[in-house]
Amino acid sequence: MAKTVDQYFDELRDTRVWRSIFRSGTGSSPLKRSLAIQQNVFLHLFSTKVRRRMVSFSATWYLGTLTLGTFFILVVTGILLMLYYHPSVPQAYADTKDLQFVVSSGLFLRNLHRWSAHAMVFLVFAHMFKVFYRGAYRPPREFNWVIGIVLLLVTLLLSYTGYLLPWDQLAYWAITVGSNIASAVPVFGDKIHFMLLGGNLVNANALLRFYVLHCMILPLTAIFFIAIHFWRIRKDGGLYAHQSEPSLNHSAVAKEAR
Amino acid sequence: MSDKDFVTGMDSNARKSPRRVAFITRRTSAQVKVVSEETLQTFPEVLFRAAVAIEVMAIGLVTMALFFNAPLEGIADPSHTPNPAKAPWYFLGLQEMLHYFPPVVAGVLVPGLVVTALIVIPYFNINIEAQGLFLKDREQRLRVFYMAASALVLFLLVFRVYVALVPTLIIAIFMIVAAQSSPQTSSTFRRYLSSKPLSCWIMTWFLFELVVLTAIGTFFRGPGWSWVWPWRS
Repeated sequence: MAKTVDQYFDELRDTRVWRSIFRSGTGSSPLKRSLAIQQNVFLHLFSTKVRRRMVSFSATWYLGTLTLGTFFILVVTGILLMLYYHPSVPQAYADTKDLQFVVSSGLFLRNLHRWSAHAMVFLVFAHMFKVFYRGAYRPPREFNWVIGIVLLLVTLLLSYTGYLLPWDQLAYWAITVGSNIASAVPVFGDKIHFMLLGGNLVNANALLRFYVLHCMILPLTAIFFIAIHFWRIRKDGGLYAHQSEPSLNHSAVAKEAR
Repeated sequence: MSDKDFVTGMDSNARKSPRRVAFITRRTSAQVKVVSEETLQTFPEVLFRAAVAIEVMAIGLVTMALFFNAPLEGIADPSHTPNPAKAPWYFLGLQEMLHYFPPVVAGVLVPGLVVTALIVIPYFNINIEAQGLFLKDREQRLRVFYMAASALVLFLLVFRVYVALVPTLIIAIFMIVAAQSSPQTSSTFRRYLSSKPLSCWIMTWFLFELVVLTAIGTFFRGPGWSWVWPWRS
């Protein structure tokens, strides 16, 4: 008798090697599907089950998911761009020019990275406002909201540090305008400005610092907080759903308790 | 109130209080499942949907990347300042503010206050209860609102920040309409307005200002940060 694709896949999942890697075996029972989430170091950040109505598009507009999607695209295109880029003056500009005109698909890579970055900033803001207007910041989710604000700031910094890397006029003056704001901080302003740029002006040191921040420190920070952000959704009782939650009339309850 | 995480009350006198009652105070964050509702399994249903959503977006972004090129100007030249020198678009609201206020206000104080305000949102019970702003203590709250709104309007007038004044006035008008409405009003829209809590008004005002200031900074500012019409250039 001919086997279906599913049966071949089941057989594969039942092999010793597969089970040594993924720990759970064949079957599509609810238990096996739960184990697929729970026994995976990445997927176990998520809940095993999600309320059906929270999966509908209108509930979340998938804004958090899409933000994660842009982050994936940015990591992949960013790593590929790093292969062609030297963070030094004036080589940085020449490399960017090469990406535009010499490297195969270099123009496409840079375009995709740029537009995805703008999309991510936009999506993070949209996600924040959607969460606010749904009231999804309410206890016990308050700390996850704070992590979200941290992620908003990390995203802005990621975008801002990446802005300098092409080393063109647009990049140079945008960073000059932006970093001058740091000088306005009372007392420590000039020190912060100097620390940020590695000098008093945007120069080769600033480019190197922004490169390290953009490609190393900030992405790792983002991944760290994204992991907590997803894990907290599960820990705080899943995606916030309006009517299924108890009404949180704290003061009335507390008054009666007294 | 006791320092315990929760307080339970139980009266053994069945004649006096025939029911046993447990109180859960605000110190606990007990999750009470009111209804058990239909769920989907994350694997494979939800992950599949997430993957489809991301793929659709990726197709959109790839299409955009194929047809629109990222800007690249001449090599950075510290001796030649472009006019105007603009920050990335998401900072143009701030740059617009820098046009009116000293840097320590527009660049440090305002963003600092915004971030602080965003962080503390879920820690105020008034935001959690989320009752319509003017449904309780209407007269008093209306007085406070008029005072706060006039102070803000006056402040914006003194600094001639007309671009921020217009959204403020529009929101204020809606708030006055909300104050004149109640859950009994026949108009659905006015009922909707009257149910909006303070945090919602402030956030909407912030969102409105953010969009307006960013749009003005992006499209309506030319050399020397002067006002330009984007369709006339």
